[in-house]
Amino acid sequence: MLRRFRLEEPQSVAEVSELLGRFGESAKVYAGGTELLLAMKEGLVQYERLVNVKNVTGLNEITVTDGSVTIGALCTHHQLETSAALTEKLPALKKLEQNVANVRVRQVGTIGGNLCFAEPHADPGTLLIALGAKLITEKSSSKREIAAEDFFVDAYETALEADEVLTKIQVPVPAANGRSAYLKFGYLERPSVGVAIAFNLYGGVTGVKVAVGCAGPAPRRVAEAEALLEGKSKDEAERNLAQAGAVAGRAAQAISDLHGSQEYKEHIVGVLLKRAFQRALS
Amino acid sequence: MARAMTRHSEAQSIPVSFTLNGRLHEIEVEPHELLLDVVRDQLGLTGAKRSCDVEVCGACTLLVDGRPVSACTTLAFEVRGRSVLTIEGLAEDGKLHPLQQAFIEHGGFQCGFCTPGMILAAKALLDENPNPSEAELKHFMHGNICRCTGYKKIIESIMAAAKKMRVKA
Repeated sequence: MLRRFRLEEPQSVAEVSELLGRFGESAKVYAGGTELLLAMKEGLVQYERLVNVKNVTGLNEITVTDGSVTIGALCTHHQLETSAALTEKLPALKKLEQNVANVRVRQVGTIGGNLCFAEPHADPGTLLIALGAKLITEKSSSKREIAAEDFFVDAYETALEADEVLTKIQVPVPAANGRSAYLKFGYLERPSVGVAIAFNLYGGVTGVKVAVGCAGPAPRRVAEAEALLEGKSKDEAERNLAQAGAVAGRAAQAISDLHGSQEYKEHIVGVLLKRAFQRALS
Repeated sequence: MARAMTRHSEAQSIPVSFTLNGRLHEIEVEPHELLLDVVRDQLGLTGAKRSCDVEVCGACTLLVDGRPVSACTTLAFEVRGRSVLTIEGLAEDGKLHPLQQAFIEHGGFQCGFCTPGMILAAKALLDENPNPSEAELKHFMHGNICRCTGYKKIIESIMAAAKKMRVKA
């Protein structure tokens, strides 16, 4: 059962921002609603107003330009999992999207909503960090870029300001020899652990990025794990994977909960990092 | 907060014109009303079930413009201008849909609680992919939970219906 709220239906990003600025914490952006409505039904959060952003045009497109794939924040997971542009340019993200929740959630849930709600057990943020994505945000009269790795502040908390709207996600197209993979593991509806890796393979591995998510409050890039793999030959990198995994496990800030103990999750991070490296190579 | 809630608690009414099982309906809903409640309680179609209430089990599955959604977590106003199909609208001229027939013939249900959602999800799958592999079928149907059958007979039912539908098409 949902409590009564008012619905605002702005037509532009500027109007959305203006409404959020005017109503502050009593209003919330509503897109697919797959996370927000659950929290509202449970009574965990309560809003006087929902601001339906789905009438804002131009935010549900996927375009490829200048070496990057730009994804509108209102793109649904279903759009992404069936996107030819993703198949060609960002296969790891496409694969991730094919495995988000279930077919009904993918049908209405949006990538922007997923990122902004910042549910700790969400998948896309972790891979977007490893892929070096930038999040484009707008207010009534200004615009900025936030690196994906700086976007997630804590559980359910992002770098967005109160009247700031996520409009696009810009993902650099990996180089021809760029490799990436995202793997997750869990036995409940949401994953216990998610691990992403991206690198370029020129004989050895360079430009390594490692990110871990789901285990702790927010997805994190793990520079210390990257350093153990960076510039190494493939064999050397493979030998260092166990150590990199241990480092990444600690960096995950894993918490003990229904999804597993801290120790268990840290172990799984290591296992998934090894497998993600192999998956990326294959 | 409590006072603010009261101030805005006067009803906001949204006109919703939509097609339900092929017939045009014009209703008014409040923003917070859920599609599942409107369909079950206002429109009297009780095939879709409320079960988990968190988009996990699939018992409340309805098709909106042919795609499956969790009616338990869909705001009713979202179906403005859209076409909604419930299990009640699947049979045509008193003749069961091939999926319904196959579920009967292959024992695809026991208690039947998940069945409306199962059949509608399966319809969405077959409309998009008339000849799914078993792996594709399992992936698509992964979000519809059955606690009776162990799924084997559901998969057999859907595969059998797919075959019949392909022959017919």
